[in-house]
Amino acid sequence: MSENVTVGQAFQQGMREEMGRDETIFVIGTDLFIRGGHFAQVKGIGPEFGADRVIDAPISEAAMVAAGVGAAMNGMRPVVDLNFMDFAFGAMDELVNQAAKARYLWGKAVPLVVRASSGIALYAAQHNNSLEAWFMHTPGLVVVMPSNPADTKGILKSALRGEDPVVFFMHKRLTGARGETGGPDDLVPIGKAAVVRPGRHVTLISSGIVVQKAVKAAEVLAGDGIEVDVIDLRTILPLDIDLVMESVRRTGRAMVVTEEPPYASVASEIAASIQEEAFDYLDAPVARITAAHAPIPHAPQLMEALLPQVEHVVQAVRGSISRWPSSEEV
Amino acid sequence: MTETRAVAGPDELIEIQLDGVPLGDLEEWLETMLLIREFEESLEPLTMSGTQIPGSVHQASGQEAVAVGAIRALEPQDLVASPHRPHHHALAKGMTARVVMAELWGRTTGCAGGRGGTMHLNDFSLGYFGSNGIVGAAIGIAMGAALAAKLRKTGQVCVGFVGEGGANTGRTWEFVNFAAMQKLPLIAICENNQYAVETYIGRSAALVDSIARRAEGFGLPSVQVDGQDVCAVYRAVHAARDRAARGDGPSFIEAVTYRYRGHNTGEVANYREQDEVEQWRRTKDPIERLRRALESAGLVDQGRFETLEENARAAVEDAIRFADESPVPDPATATERVTALPVDAKGPAQ
Repeated sequence: MSENVTVGQAFQQGMREEMGRDETIFVIGTDLFIRGGHFAQVKGIGPEFGADRVIDAPISEAAMVAAGVGAAMNGMRPVVDLNFMDFAFGAMDELVNQAAKARYLWGKAVPLVVRASSGIALYAAQHNNSLEAWFMHTPGLVVVMPSNPADTKGILKSALRGEDPVVFFMHKRLTGARGETGGPDDLVPIGKAAVVRPGRHVTLISSGIVVQKAVKAAEVLAGDGIEVDVIDLRTILPLDIDLVMESVRRTGRAMVVTEEPPYASVASEIAASIQEEAFDYLDAPVARITAAHAPIPHAPQLMEALLPQVEHVVQAVRGSISRWPSSEEV
Repeated sequence: MTETRAVAGPDELIEIQLDGVPLGDLEEWLETMLLIREFEESLEPLTMSGTQIPGSVHQASGQEAVAVGAIRALEPQDLVASPHRPHHHALAKGMTARVVMAELWGRTTGCAGGRGGTMHLNDFSLGYFGSNGIVGAAIGIAMGAALAAKLRKTGQVCVGFVGEGGANTGRTWEFVNFAAMQKLPLIAICENNQYAVETYIGRSAALVDSIARRAEGFGLPSVQVDGQDVCAVYRAVHAARDRAARGDGPSFIEAVTYRYRGHNTGEVANYREQDEVEQWRRTKDPIERLRRALESAGLVDQGRFETLEENARAAVEDAIRFADESPVPDPATATERVTALPVDAKGPAQ
């Protein structure tokens, strides 16, 4: 265990430990060796492991990911660091058509991690796309979205010891979030969600930074006597729908909280799965509390106006219980 | 509208020189080129029947010298990745006509068990890192494999093929730049067959006469060779391989070639004159040129050539029979092996 580190430092820990353990692991991206990446995610690792293990690339996302895919097919375990997830657009073919397809077509494993900082923060529309549903929609990819330092490190370790191409979402606004981390062999399994706050009246499902909002909403609702089961998905795909169903069958009420645009979203997928598999247990329609369908603007007031806030979640839960009351509830 | 893009010089077979090539291997080169030609020429009816090969395929008849000249210049551990017109590369790299043909047919005995088809051939045990349905992608795969070869010090040299059409994608040059900067053991070979589907190179680029000159700007050796001369291709790739193996980095080779058939089987060609195709055959056919050179040097006689031709025909007939008799994949397996981690595939059967 390591005390009180940031998410960025947790990623560094994971990289350092795994690179020390497995010499086929290297990281490639821009401004990594000296700067340590734009989020200090690999700070200090360059001088420690050398320029063959921390490779500075020209600004070509296609070349970075292609380098990762080809190297993974030829015996390495690359980590491609795209800085911002939005830059994945420049490597969409390499991710979606190359990395994701080799196993299915040829039985050829592509053990590749593509890390990028993601989620909604400053710098407006072109740095704030939510691509998690795009990648969830792509057969062959694994998609992870940790919410804290321990999961960041533990999931990174699982990814680096697995056989799949993993798209690793790290929220920009979580970079400095602090917490404990596990030791060198503490792996957090990919595909397993976690209950971060137990409750019996309503299930809130979220991931990444939005887990914090769900927990805050649960604290407010506790004042009403409403006990909220808060689930942190941790992995977007494979989706741990079993844990979600276990909760929803107990609570009879489910809401998915995300900060992506609503249409064809991760929230939509989870809502559809819940109604398919737990319809008989539901007291109310499954709600999606997502961002609005708009690009992200620069002014913080405009940006926040598009995002689900704690009060939206609180109101949605209260509104659901008021309109579709259950004998279980207060 | 069509225009004639004639081969310069007299209208007769242009001789090639056997300098700098392993003379004892040339009969095998000829044999492989004949196999490729027979293989490719068999495909039109098989794709048009509606009951044999699903869909159309991209034939490389006329481009045999590029594949054989390049791949015979490599060592067995070296890797090759191809774009969408790949059969000649796969066969030259040692894949059998049977496994390639069965893959085109979508049969379990194909190299990808019927999951890949023409644009997703593979045999990693032979160092064949796949054909690719996306233009420009194969150089990226080869470039990444070359990065691994450098880091792991495997001694592999990696070859990525691209067409002159693919040379118009930005990614091709992003990959070449990365390889040059990292001094990777990569040989990027542009198979310039003049036509990207139906678009003549003169209608897609201002610099018509040389793609190799584009590559020079990235700081790596770049040459243009006669892609219809198997010995010229061999010499260029052999030199590039030596350079890569020494740790001196990648090379770019443009092989000027020509495809006799359409972009795809079943094509109705309104974009070039048949005279143009016939002139390329008369003056530059890569098999005829090698045959003539071997006969002149007394390395192969008429009877031997006919035997090789007959062997190639028999091998392709055998491959077709093999594919035809092979089982189709079990539909119940269609959702298997998507990821290593288990993902619920859902779908209509659920």
